[in-house]
Amino acid sequence: MSRHVYLDHAASTRPYPEVIEAMQPYYLEHFGNPSSFHSFGTAPKKGIEEARAAVADLIHAKPDEIFFTASGTEANNFAVKGVAIALEKKGKHIITSSIEHYGIHHSCKMLERLGFEVTYLPVDEYGMVDPDEVGRALRDDTILVSVMLANHEVGTIQPIQKIAMITREKKVTFHSDARLAVGHIPVDVEELGVDLLSLSGQHFYGPKGSGALYIRKGVRIQPLIHGGVQEQGRRAGTEDVPAIIGLGKAAAMAKDKIAEEMKRVTSLRDKLEKGLVDQIDELKVNGHPEKRLPGFLNVCVKYVEGEGMIMMLVAKGIMAASGSACSSKALKASHVLTAMGVDHATAQGSLLFSLGRETTEEDVDYVLTEMPPIMQRLRMMSPIYQKK
Amino acid sequence: MQHSDYSEKVMDHFTNPRNMGEMTNPDGVSEVGNASCGDMMQIQIKVEGGIIQDAKFKTFGCVAAIATSSISTEMIIGKTLDEAEHLTNDAVANALDGLPSHKRHCSVLAAEAIQAAIQNYRNGTLERTD
Repeated sequence: MSRHVYLDHAASTRPYPEVIEAMQPYYLEHFGNPSSFHSFGTAPKKGIEEARAAVADLIHAKPDEIFFTASGTEANNFAVKGVAIALEKKGKHIITSSIEHYGIHHSCKMLERLGFEVTYLPVDEYGMVDPDEVGRALRDDTILVSVMLANHEVGTIQPIQKIAMITREKKVTFHSDARLAVGHIPVDVEELGVDLLSLSGQHFYGPKGSGALYIRKGVRIQPLIHGGVQEQGRRAGTEDVPAIIGLGKAAAMAKDKIAEEMKRVTSLRDKLEKGLVDQIDELKVNGHPEKRLPGFLNVCVKYVEGEGMIMMLVAKGIMAASGSACSSKALKASHVLTAMGVDHATAQGSLLFSLGRETTEEDVDYVLTEMPPIMQRLRMMSPIYQKK
Repeated sequence: MQHSDYSEKVMDHFTNPRNMGEMTNPDGVSEVGNASCGDMMQIQIKVEGGIIQDAKFKTFGCVAAIATSSISTEMIIGKTLDEAEHLTNDAVANALDGLPSHKRHCSVLAAEAIQAAIQNYRNGTLERTD
């Protein structure tokens, strides 16, 4: 078995070689501390500011509204906890969705333990938040609304602009986790109307350990990491210069490639979707039919369980993911699928293919050949398949 | 290229399951677990003179669920009912060279399925179709 088909871009992406090349000089040559006054601090400091400008440019922000973090998760933690701490005298109510990534979800749970109150908005069968629900949930003591731009499991793209119109009118801070969206679809903070937005380098061909939080000028937020005055005093600690440089390079490259890649990846995804639906009966496609990230195809194969499918796909060199309970160490089915009303037994058969830059038409054809026999084999083992 | 917490034995039983399927006219059957909890196992046994002559399984579940059902059928064929009834979850897990800790419950389910099939045989409640 020599063929490898990587269809797990939602987990991580292979960096552009140019990203790694751009980072290289910042390990040995420009190792200096960007905060140093002497000349060894100059190149790293300049590199960071160029990266900041590139990230800002990608999402139509101003450079001084970009704050580098060590991951998308950190950016999410920073947004939720930082705003909550800054505004707790004003109110202790937070609104979020029931399908957020754990970086948001667990931050909210932690704030609940500290006395905050959190409303978790439901989603419809496509994983979509209803903006009117946001309006209805808003209270006088609501200090923050956090709704992701696009879901990390099913790819559904949320009506962020509409939600922002509501939060603006009520003068409530609005954050959106855009980790899976940035670099894959156009994201414009002005057009969206968000106050804060998280992004992550590893999700769009940048390095791991890189992320950023966009903070609109005037938004009140408390730092989580205290120390020096890096990142305008909002995120202390000597910068991970190579990671930041890599993130900046990935942002610059994404800007050039988004339009073309969106089209190419969407058409490959559509081909994969159609091919699987045609060949496998009782296959449920999850997520919104149109308002979905280009690379996302999440399906539930009824009567079988995800971990077994993953392992059999791996044996054929196909790398995918599953939201089944058995494939998670916590043994819990995907909270995203259950929030969308997918029953537990069906959620057990969930499979996520996330396509990206390195996906080719041959890859899609290969999966379309290899997957149906695997599903059939597992269904033959399943006591519930026979009993239908 | 296989990345997993599973032993080679587990992967072998998952990839080449033994005694998978259904038999006509079993003497004892069981169904334990349920699909919404994650795993469901069906065991059928054929008994002659107090000895398990054959066993078959069908499983809805993860790699460990399939492997534990497969190996436990192998472990009880040729055994007396008394011996088979004493099959423990630890014995199942050990026969697979161990299971990751968060998958131990699969071996518990497999042992339960075997015991339930024997219980079903002893109760003699099974309706024969011949």
